[in-house]
Amino acid sequence: MNLRKFKEFFIQKLILICGLASIFFVALIFLFLTKEGLAVFKSLSPINFILGKSWYPISEPAQLGILPLIFGSLMVTLGAAIISIPIGVACAIYIAEIAPLRIKEILKAGIELLAAIPSVVLGFIGMVTLVPWVKSTFHLPTGLTALSGSIILAFMAMPTIVSVAEDALYSVPKSYKEGAFALGATHWQTIYRVLLPAASSGIVAAVMLGIGRVIGETMAVMMITGNAAVIPQSILVPVRTLTATIAAEMGEAVVGSEHYFALFAIGIVLFIMSFMVNVTADLFLHKRNR
Amino acid sequence: MRNTQRSQKIAFFFLFLATLLIVLPVGLIIVIIVQKGLPAINWQFLSDIPRQGMRSGGIFPAIVGTLYLVFGAIFFALPIGLLAAIYLSEYAKDNLLNRIIKLAIINLSGVPSVVYGLFGLALFVVFLKFGASILSGSLTLGIMILPIIITTSREALESVPQSFREVSFSLGASKWQTIRHIVLPNAIPGILTGTILGLGRAAGETAPILFTVAAFYLPRLPKSIFDQAMALPYHLYVISTQVPNVDEKVRYGTALVLLFLVLMMNLVAIIIRYNFRKKKKW
Repeated sequence: MNLRKFKEFFIQKLILICGLASIFFVALIFLFLTKEGLAVFKSLSPINFILGKSWYPISEPAQLGILPLIFGSLMVTLGAAIISIPIGVACAIYIAEIAPLRIKEILKAGIELLAAIPSVVLGFIGMVTLVPWVKSTFHLPTGLTALSGSIILAFMAMPTIVSVAEDALYSVPKSYKEGAFALGATHWQTIYRVLLPAASSGIVAAVMLGIGRVIGETMAVMMITGNAAVIPQSILVPVRTLTATIAAEMGEAVVGSEHYFALFAIGIVLFIMSFMVNVTADLFLHKRNR
Repeated sequence: MRNTQRSQKIAFFFLFLATLLIVLPVGLIIVIIVQKGLPAINWQFLSDIPRQGMRSGGIFPAIVGTLYLVFGAIFFALPIGLLAAIYLSEYAKDNLLNRIIKLAIINLSGVPSVVYGLFGLALFVVFLKFGASILSGSLTLGIMILPIIITTSREALESVPQSFREVSFSLGASKWQTIRHIVLPNAIPGILTGTILGLGRAAGETAPILFTVAAFYLPRLPKSIFDQAMALPYHLYVISTQVPNVDEKVRYGTALVLLFLVLMMNLVAIIIRYNFRKKKKW
């Protein structure tokens, strides 16, 4: 009997420890990013790091300004948002409101499949199909541009946007809809005037989570945006994002060098960005529930 | 009146069009990869080591490497994730600590994959001196899929009706006995679904393994968990961007094997979930 009580006590403590594991890991990630990343600010001011206009990590002396990378990330993200938000929200409305039950199931499975395709496979497909198309359509010297990246990233954001927005639309109380119908509104008027406003905070959360996914995406972006660390003048030139810079250069950076520390500092920037996006999205999701 | 009907028709048409714009490319991507990749697939491709600077031969070490990594990740993430889910669903009260845990899980699932790579490099490879190894890679991937496993397992545990627990308590069972013999068995399909989704995610990710385990070219099988390994997603990246003049067939073949592996896992998860929902009696 005592042995059983001891066993139970032990298991419950173990469960508590594992319950706290996610907090522990988030703290651990932040700790190790800052431990390595903050070292770069011994020789470089944070302002010069964020607003510096040139990224030449291996020249002598190294120039470590990430402004071109931030612009690269912003441009690709903005492009992906412009493409994926209208299409994603429209698709969510179609699935939640219009599609017949059987087609709805098939569509949802299709969206799940899209979410499951590894980013390196999407990058590969982008390289062999999209990049040549962009090159010939816009008569460019290379198809590896911010536009190509935006299009592929839009497809990575859409599954998130569709599924979260569909959830939001689905959770609007049935009585709202019935009330609108009773007043003689058409289905479309009901969707447009009643359902969308009622689900708006959930849709905002969907968009934010989708954008969060885009900012953090690495492999596909590295494979098709051309990797030129200059401030882009248009969407039809090669760019380099924050994520791609880390992935492409960490392999060559010497452990403990300034370059190595700078790449971790970019990691801190990404970590803080994703933290803010996710917390805000979560606030919007909970606003809906209240 | 006619006008509102017409605008509804137009609006619905555009909504349908948007849906096609998402679903058709998905179908197209899969069709292209299957069509161009299938001719490359034969026994030699699946069972041989890469030859001639990865331009011919097979991808066997990459397949094995990915399997090692995926099972290493799940070996680490499943026990922790499941116990964390039990904590959240059975023990946690609605207080500040619980809110912070939920926030941490949301953050963990939002951290960019390449940042996981940096973290794995700093902690496992450099600080703990595991080096670039299967161990470092598995641990990194394991932490990455932890939120998936916690969230899906928790949903599965919470969907077990409260009355099941009450009956068990009324028969004199303790809290842990109730969880062990009543709640867990009824939640197994949901937990399995989450586990398989986690496996699929780990199999397809490249950025977290870039600096923690992946070998550019290693034409043999890894000898221990402290050995580097090739991995399918990284191999696809390498042969499509780093190595010139690789036969297109080899690239598509590699993409097909990776896609097949990942989609199969997802399909199995979807089927388990579907059957479970159909059979559910409550």
